Amino acid sequence: MMTTTSIAPAAAAAEGASRGKTPRRRGRMKSFYPSWFFIPAVALYVVFFAVPTFASFYFAFTRWDLFTAVPIGFDNFVQFFQDPQLLNGFIHTFEYGFATSAVKVVLGFAIALLLTGPIFARGYLRAIIFFPVLLSTIGVGIMWKSLLDPFHGVVNAALGFLHLPQPGWFTDPHLALVTIMGVDVWKGVGIATLIFMAGIVAIPSEYFEAAKVDGASGWKILRTITIPLTRPATATVITLSLIGGLRSFDLVQAITNGGPGFTSEVITSVIYKEYQAGYFGLSTAGNVVLFIVVTAIMVPLTAYLNRRSVEL
Amino acid sequence: MFIRRTATRAIAIAGAAALVGLALSGCTPSSGGGSGDASQITFLAGGNDPVAIKTAKDLVAGFEKKYPKINVKVNTRPAGTDGDNIIKTKLSTGTMEDVFFYNSGSLFQALHPERTMVDLSSQPWVKTLSNDFKQTVSVGKKVYGAPFGSTFDGGVMYNKKVYAKLGLSVPDTWADFISNSQKIKAAGGITPVLASYGDTWTAQLFVLADFANVSAQDPEWASKYTANKAKYVDPPALAGFQDTADVFKLGLMNKDYASLTNVNALKLLATGKAAQYPMITVTIGNLAQSNPEAVNDIGYFANPTANGNSHATVWEAGGAYIPKTTTGGKLSAAEKFLAFLNSPAGCDIQNKASAPAGPYATTNCKVPADAPALIADEQKYQDAGKTGLALEFISPVKGPNLSQITVQVGSGISTAAQGAALYDQDVKKQAQQLNLPGWN
Amino acid sequence: MKREQTLGRVKGVVAIVVTSVLFIIPFIFVILQATKTPAEASNLSFTWPTEWRFFENLVEVSNYNDGIVWRAFFNSILLTVFSVAIMVVFAAMVGYVLSRKTTWLNPIINFFVLAGLIVPPALVPTIWLLQGLGLFRTMPGLILIEATFGLSFCILLFRAFVGTIPRELDEAAVLDGAGPIRLFFGVVLPLLRPVIVTVIVVQSVAVFNDFANPLYFLPGDENATVQQTLYEFQGQNLSFYNLLFTDVLLITIPPLVAYIFFNRQIVAGLTSGAVKG
Repeated sequence: MMTTTSIAPAAAAAEGASRGKTPRRRGRMKSFYPSWFFIPAVALYVVFFAVPTFASFYFAFTRWDLFTAVPIGFDNFVQFFQDPQLLNGFIHTFEYGFATSAVKVVLGFAIALLLTGPIFARGYLRAIIFFPVLLSTIGVGIMWKSLLDPFHGVVNAALGFLHLPQPGWFTDPHLALVTIMGVDVWKGVGIATLIFMAGIVAIPSEYFEAAKVDGASGWKILRTITIPLTRPATATVITLSLIGGLRSFDLVQAITNGGPGFTSEVITSVIYKEYQAGYFGLSTAGNVVLFIVVTAIMVPLTAYLNRRSVEL
Repeated sequence: MFIRRTATRAIAIAGAAALVGLALSGCTPSSGGGSGDASQITFLAGGNDPVAIKTAKDLVAGFEKKYPKINVKVNTRPAGTDGDNIIKTKLSTGTMEDVFFYNSGSLFQALHPERTMVDLSSQPWVKTLSNDFKQTVSVGKKVYGAPFGSTFDGGVMYNKKVYAKLGLSVPDTWADFISNSQKIKAAGGITPVLASYGDTWTAQLFVLADFANVSAQDPEWASKYTANKAKYVDPPALAGFQDTADVFKLGLMNKDYASLTNVNALKLLATGKAAQYPMITVTIGNLAQSNPEAVNDIGYFANPTANGNSHATVWEAGGAYIPKTTTGGKLSAAEKFLAFLNSPAGCDIQNKASAPAGPYATTNCKVPADAPALIADEQKYQDAGKTGLALEFISPVKGPNLSQITVQVGSGISTAAQGAALYDQDVKKQAQQLNLPGWN
Repeated sequence: MKREQTLGRVKGVVAIVVTSVLFIIPFIFVILQATKTPAEASNLSFTWPTEWRFFENLVEVSNYNDGIVWRAFFNSILLTVFSVAIMVVFAAMVGYVLSRKTTWLNPIINFFVLAGLIVPPALVPTIWLLQGLGLFRTMPGLILIEATFGLSFCILLFRAFVGTIPRELDEAAVLDGAGPIRLFFGVVLPLLRPVIVTVIVVQSVAVFNDFANPLYFLPGDENATVQQTLYEFQGQNLSFYNLLFTDVLLITIPPLVAYIFFNRQIVAGLTSGAVKG
């Protein structure tokens, strides 16, 4: 899912908008903004999201087959950190989340700089880089799996033609996860680029003009103006790609299904396999682990990113 | 004011509710309704390879001809562990097709048949079953499955022409097997041992097909294993993992082992581009479809062992089952379908659609005279009494990750001992989920 | 100035070459695969088809497994339309009140909105719940799930946008005798049109492309959504690459159309918040 946007900035904007009215008028209008407007959404949220989430904290401590749940204490979690499949998945999730996020920030920023500067065919370039964002992830996975086929694929044919080594992209145990991350970046860098472009364009041009008058070099302008002033965009890109990366499932499923062996397993693919195998308690424990990982990373991170943006 | 507000509020809530209600009622899935209409049943084939699909379609065509009022819709599923998982999911979530093909033996036992399947003990065809088979689809005294397909063996399928050309003889010991393989490699241009990890289930074959040898050395191994007293990390069971690691270490496998699929590997074997393939002989059906001219060039030998005296590992016929969720008119239609499957007419269709790889489990079915040549090779082991059932028929313990683990061992990611230890752990999860005594 | 222009042109040409290799060639590959014979497609090579079979492939995909692809399109459209409709109405109501009125509820709601964005859904417990409600493996069940999972994002967009609508409009409407319902549905909602379009487009693409939720909550061939059909062809042992890629192509068309017509709204939806500090 790409249903994420910068969280705090939007909230800040909303706060700003609601300030500056006289208390009397606001008080009178209050009854026209009934709180029961929350009810339909809250009902959905509670039933289909909150209840299962809370229930997961019970079922994660059971051996469960949907009919009966036998409480077994921390066994599922012990299992999780003993079993190499699960442990691999756990570690890979971090690698995947942080690596893809970092690459998207750097690459997205670089491309955005290029596309906001003087360049020919800007519209075309922007469109072509963004388009993969809208594609089906499974479709993209299938496409790249064929292109990167170690023996028949187009990529290795081209490499062979140039007398370069032809790696086993998704069949080499050391490379499979990296390949998937590469495809993830290919698909997702467009959105990072777009966000950085919006951030760069929003910097008032007087800053750049003043810097040029002062004779600042391009590098200095980049360091002292562009990078600091696109901090909100950076925060958005990091948040967005981390949430996406830590929860990534479709690409792994489409390209390697966790293989070869367990070398490209991530938590979500493990959750799915345990579910398929009928280990519902263990699968739910995986869900709880993912929950903890994601919140443990995202909550302090969003707090940090937002504080920094306020200081500026 | 108050009344008006309450009224509008009620209208708005009703509106919101109606929106949800619309979503709820406006689009019920087509499958849910129509339980009174018995004319359509669904049927889950035993895989998604060409033969599984063709067999299923031909059976349905024959059945629909006999019962024109019943319409059968065929669905397919992947083979191997993925397939196991899909079956379990479908049963535990009540979404299983009206008739489904699946393994007999412990994989069948793991589905909790007494809870999920229709008791078929009173069906007329039950009398015609072999006792061995009947046991593999029964819980207590109740029979839950009809046989589907023939029995078959696991071991090594080999190309006789390649063997003849290079003057090789069928190996009995692992050392002979390796020396044969090295001669094939030295001859050049022919893959000594095929590996097709593109379909991960095929990676398990050395481990699974070595089981008759394990049983031969320790007849009690399976029951010890079920009781959590024997492990794969220890000999004799470790041998299968070592074999898997050996062929990789010695460089005897095809280069594209990581992405090759089962169907394509069979083609390579049939055309003599590869010499040996650790496989289950039931796949001869696929080979017969893709390379009919080569069927009788393919032979079979049991998985070789360190000290010779190799035994053939036998798989019982698969089963056809009806889930408890099928009731009423659909149930009687599904029962008719199983009866047809085991009638002479149904057998003819099975024989034509897929070359049988061994004898049938019902007396209604006969192996035709023009059956593939490797059946004779299997028969030699039968005649010598050197066979044993596959582990899945004598122990309910089977972990879901054996294929991935053997891929690891067979591509050098982990050693044989590490792989065996991993599998022992994998099995523990399953035994605990099944609540077997001795595992908690 | 002249120098900068030439530099821009050079950079542009280099970028066009690089993007062509990275982005255009893969798409051409997909199209070529979709026009080949099964045997040729299974080679996976980047060659011109010796025999054009696009329409044959299209017909074959259409007829495959009793027209599962069209059934899947119907299911996906149903799923997308209903779930996005629910998201828009429910989220607009929340975003509106959240932005207009500050009470003790606001921080709580804000917290849960954020949680909804960050927290991964608990999958098997959700199945358990749906089963309890009789909604597991039903289209309505999946519609409600998709709507719920999409709510948070929509609420954020609506809340930010409502902030830009002057309150004087509300007050004028109230003076004209509008109650809260008419105020919202009659006055405010029409003004939200730009953000509604954004939400609809962005969420439609997301729901249409969703793979995991249908996989868990709506299994079964007869309920397949378009993403599941890709698995139908890929799961096959046979060399069905031509059909697989024809399907990939078919499934790409709706997002492509959305992109061509609603480019601006998509960009607006995805970049909101990038600028404001």
